[in-house]
Amino acid sequence: MIVAERKPIEEIMGFVRDFKKIIIAGCNECVTVCYAGGKKEVEILASALSMAFMKEGKELEIKEVTLERQCDPEYLEELRGFIYDYDAVVSLACGVGVQFLAEKYLKIPVFPGVNTLFMGVTEEKGVWSERCQGCGQCILGQTAGICPISRCAKRLLNGPCGGSTKGKCEINPELDCAWQLIIDRLKELGRLDDYDTLIPIKDWSTERAGGPRKLVREDLQQ
Amino acid sequence: MRLSYPDSIRIIRLPCTGKVDVIYLLRAFQKGADGVYVAGCLEGECHYLTGNLRARKKVEYAKKILDEVGIGGERLEMYNIAASDGPRFAEIAREMHEKIMALGPNPIKGALREKKAA
Repeated sequence: MIVAERKPIEEIMGFVRDFKKIIIAGCNECVTVCYAGGKKEVEILASALSMAFMKEGKELEIKEVTLERQCDPEYLEELRGFIYDYDAVVSLACGVGVQFLAEKYLKIPVFPGVNTLFMGVTEEKGVWSERCQGCGQCILGQTAGICPISRCAKRLLNGPCGGSTKGKCEINPELDCAWQLIIDRLKELGRLDDYDTLIPIKDWSTERAGGPRKLVREDLQQ
Repeated sequence: MRLSYPDSIRIIRLPCTGKVDVIYLLRAFQKGADGVYVAGCLEGECHYLTGNLRARKKVEYAKKILDEVGIGGERLEMYNIAASDGPRFAEIAREMHEKIMALGPNPIKGALREKKAA
């Protein structure tokens, strides 16, 4: 999922200070699962903003909506009927959702209510960590299902660096060395020979280095 | 026991403090409550094992939000009281009542009154 966290309320207040009627739009997907921008968080933010402005003697009308997704046009259409009755939107979706909403409704300012962090997993309730950087050329098949692009600080492709000590990374003693994990798991799988196969220099053009990316599937296009 | 506690306190019953949600706590303040406390069972004695422990974490989170919006997290507290401990219940009610009296009314109360009058 895409992991995000709520922005400080003061920052969000700064966005909407000059408006009288706003929409807070949540998203039912990733940000709901990581407790940053689902229906509940929409309610909490609406309540918090309303109190904060009331304290300043200002009244803010807030409409709460939570869409199934903000990254698909069909769900964003649900706002069409009433969005322009409001002065601004605070979207609690990830950066993707915020942008798509802004793109579909050009006449209303859209502000982010969360900071989008990474693509990751729920390690345990309340703990998320990064697992994928969307590099566009997956090498997990050679690395025992552990990604050295997202989990090695240096994104090394052929084994650990000298900063790997007792299985931990030099940038943070609590961070596992991705290559230690890979080697340990290859051993367990009886596939340590995979480690001998050199991973060639990576073509980073499919990653962000190649600029914004796009996928077109003609078989699905209408 | 015929114990008395301040009449400023309104009790909202829940099946377990595990049912407490951050939004319940915020809504109470949004509607003008001067203070709120959650009274859960003693730690380690939750019938559902962790209800009261979860409630404490939610209270802590709600306190942070109340600080952020300027209501003040100190107006919200979590207490653990044995269900059979009436004297302690009354004592905590008095303690919280005094604390909130010292803090004064909820800062949005004036605005709420104006809104009602309008």
